[in-house]
Amino acid sequence: MIGLGHYLSVGAVLFTLGIFGIFLNRKNVIIILMSIELILLSVNINLVAFSVFMGDIVGQVYALIVLTVAAAEAAIGLAILVAFYRNRGSIAVEDINLMKG
Amino acid sequence: MYGAQLPSLVPLLPGLVLGIGAMALLMLGVFRGQSFGRVVDFIAIVLLVVAGAVLVALPPGKLTTFGGSFVVDDFARFLKVLALIGSAAAILMSLDYAERERQQRFEFSVLVLLSTLGMLMLISAADLIALYLGLELMSLPLYVVAASHRDSLRATEAGLKYFVLGALSSGMLLYGASLVYGFTGTVSFSGIAHAAGQETGAGGTGLIFGIVFLFAGFCFKVSVVPFHMWTPDVYEGAPTPVTAFFAAAPKVAGIAMFVRTAVMAFPGITGQWQQILVFVSIASMALGSFAAIGQRNIKRLMAYSSIGHMGFALIGLAAGTSEGVQGVLIYAAIYVTMTLGVFAVILAMRRSGGMVETIDQLAGLARTNPTMAFFMAMLLFSLAGIPPLAGFFAKFYVFLAAIKAGLYVLAVIGVVTSVVGAYYYLAIVKIMYFDEPAESFYSMPAELRLVLIVCGLFNILFFVYPGPLVGVASAAASSLF
Repeated sequence: MIGLGHYLSVGAVLFTLGIFGIFLNRKNVIIILMSIELILLSVNINLVAFSVFMGDIVGQVYALIVLTVAAAEAAIGLAILVAFYRNRGSIAVEDINLMKG
Repeated sequence: MYGAQLPSLVPLLPGLVLGIGAMALLMLGVFRGQSFGRVVDFIAIVLLVVAGAVLVALPPGKLTTFGGSFVVDDFARFLKVLALIGSAAAILMSLDYAERERQQRFEFSVLVLLSTLGMLMLISAADLIALYLGLELMSLPLYVVAASHRDSLRATEAGLKYFVLGALSSGMLLYGASLVYGFTGTVSFSGIAHAAGQETGAGGTGLIFGIVFLFAGFCFKVSVVPFHMWTPDVYEGAPTPVTAFFAAAPKVAGIAMFVRTAVMAFPGITGQWQQILVFVSIASMALGSFAAIGQRNIKRLMAYSSIGHMGFALIGLAAGTSEGVQGVLIYAAIYVTMTLGVFAVILAMRRSGGMVETIDQLAGLARTNPTMAFFMAMLLFSLAGIPPLAGFFAKFYVFLAAIKAGLYVLAVIGVVTSVVGAYYYLAIVKIMYFDEPAESFYSMPAELRLVLIVCGLFNILFFVYPGPLVGVASAAASSLF
């Protein structure tokens, strides 16, 4: 029987993959955007699993709202990335280095 | 559903003014072209003032709507007025810059209005869904304005960094929110407070994990230490009026969400989150003081200064008492005036070759422009916390609350780091007053002069009559408890 714990584990694993994807990736900013989506989806798995196991609808509403906002966020992220690419001519992570930080 | 009633929209009125106004301005800008940019800027400032007036005119006391997820109490009123002032001043200060740099785009004002609408939602949010929506509505326009100078590599790089780290922090915040929801069974702050009081065992551990992730997200938004990496780069890279905007209003909203969540949702388990706050405030005060010493770029220096100041403000929250929250509110108000004043000077640092940003360019300002140098020096003394200027009282109230709550170590470290921090503020004063004069700046535009003088006089004269601000902050803090 698959219980709440299994769903939460999948969510935690996806979340961790997303975080590592952002910090260990040295290649491409697109991979960072994908990692961000992965984090948001892991949150949705958590929310829906909790919602189903508690019999409370609010979690699913929350998940829908997160999906909507994630779409807006991805659009803005890609737009900024395009603006950056026009100036820099590259979207490699190691080329984002004008300022030290 | 039959018989369902529309929730009362009265508490939302200030937000509605901004939201509808922003959309109307967008249409105006699109149809009348960029030459209309100036008019759009002025209307945006008027809208912010109107929103403030509507906010003050709302019926007194605690108003709630949408099933308790949107709350307007004295706490919200205080911080909303502050956020509106910060945004209005940011638009005002961008007027001259936009004209001279040929960056006249009406979208800037519209985005600032939308972001301010997000702040108003965030400050009033009393459940996790409203909190997330307000936060994203505030942040998404901020990512765009950071990159608004779209032909500049620096600005787009700043925008990209801000976006990536901001999205990461929203993700962490959401993960925390999902855990809190799962282990308490509700998203409303009062429900969470009720459930958290009884939680023990495995559920308690899960809840604490949730709080840690939630607070990590908050720490990012107010840029305190483990999550401050974006601040210096974004401050340096973004166009200066945008930096001035970042430094004031979003910080206020971030503090509001931090305080409201900690106090309203987790009052029964103060001991659990107090440790987190003590750690982050010590770390940010230390980093803000030491890392700023080597900076030559004044925007970067202000970034480290803001990290330090957020650390000081969080001391009050770490105390976890009504007095502590009062200290945080006073700190936020005074911090906004200090930063806006300093950024008015930074925006006026312009000579024949264009904008300059290094500290050395201020050399001998006391001889070339004594008024500007005097107010800048006063603001820097205030940032350093030297009595009798306002910055001293800001620190005084948070330290007092910390000592009353028994956090002696925190208060002592705070005093020590503020002494270290005084070094780099005084170094700027020394450059302005004792170094050989550099070529003088162009004369200061009237609106920047207005912002500088108002902020400067507020900081100088605060000690004469501190009663009103302290009283309002005290009423605002007690409305939370």
